[in-house]
Amino acid sequence: MSLGPYASFIVTSYAAAALVIVILIGWVMLDYRSQTQRLRELEQRGITRRSGRSATELQ
Amino acid sequence: MTLIDLANPTRFLALTARVLPWLAAATIILLAIGLYQAAYAPDDYQQGATVKIMFIHVPNAWLSMFVWGVMSIASLGTLVWRHPLADVAAKAAAPIGAAFTFLALLTGSLWGRPMWGTYWEWDARLTSVLILFLMYLGLMALWRAVDDPSRAARAAAVLTLVGAINLPIIKFSVDWWNTLHQPASVMRMGGSALDKSFLIPLLVMAIAFTLLFLTLHLAAMRNEILRRRVRSLQMMQASRIAFPKEMAAGSRDDSASKEAGAA
Repeated sequence: MSLGPYASFIVTSYAAAALVIVILIGWVMLDYRSQTQRLRELEQRGITRRSGRSATELQ
Repeated sequence: MTLIDLANPTRFLALTARVLPWLAAATIILLAIGLYQAAYAPDDYQQGATVKIMFIHVPNAWLSMFVWGVMSIASLGTLVWRHPLADVAAKAAAPIGAAFTFLALLTGSLWGRPMWGTYWEWDARLTSVLILFLMYLGLMALWRAVDDPSRAARAAAVLTLVGAINLPIIKFSVDWWNTLHQPASVMRMGGSALDKSFLIPLLVMAIAFTLLFLTLHLAAMRNEILRRRVRSLQMMQASRIAFPKEMAAGSRDDSASKEAGAA
């Protein structure tokens, strides 16, 4: 596979797309971890939902 | 399961937990196939190997408009049907749409330099997509500026619907004005102008990127629901500190009414 004289433009395009997508995935995963951790901390302090169910409960 | 059933955030979270692994797996498989096909697609007779940028530029450009379309439908859900998850969907989609629009602009610019001799030209297509990117940033700023999510939701919904006017302008800008950007070559009257050797990898990449959006969007919606639970529990904690007697009386009333109900 030869990319010709404009290889740097092609490689930069794919690398930039990969970087932005990795940042998006990382942001979503870190945000999930941060929210569930904050909910657990609140529940440990005795602050619970009116229903009594765990706020991190997904099922 | 209907949209009304999904109005319950707990039910939505349960559905998300079941669907997300499958969506992520399908995205990875399709992206791998699309990237393989893109790598081995032939060179274009005019553009040479730079045509490979198309396989990443076009899906991002499509998604930049598709995500705003999703946000517009969600905004109608907020303003007209008052669906509880509509503003969650709109808020969660904005950063993802901004990222796709940024990539469409960046890869377009990197494709334009060898083909047009310039990274940027203030023509109708490029300028209207830049405006779309700025509108995404504006919406994200609006969500952060207003503390109360329900107030922010209504303002953001109005702004999103007004911004939707830009979508047909982007789509038809290449027909309405003289632009450096090429006219539509995939979705047009009379069928695609692309050869199958380019069209098939392009469609596979477009589907893969759409699945990527759906995966990220569902995950970001789940995070937003959890963020709102954190907010409501923090408010409950603050009111317990500020009004301890009233809260204690309230909980005694609650338990009394529960006992009465049980009896």
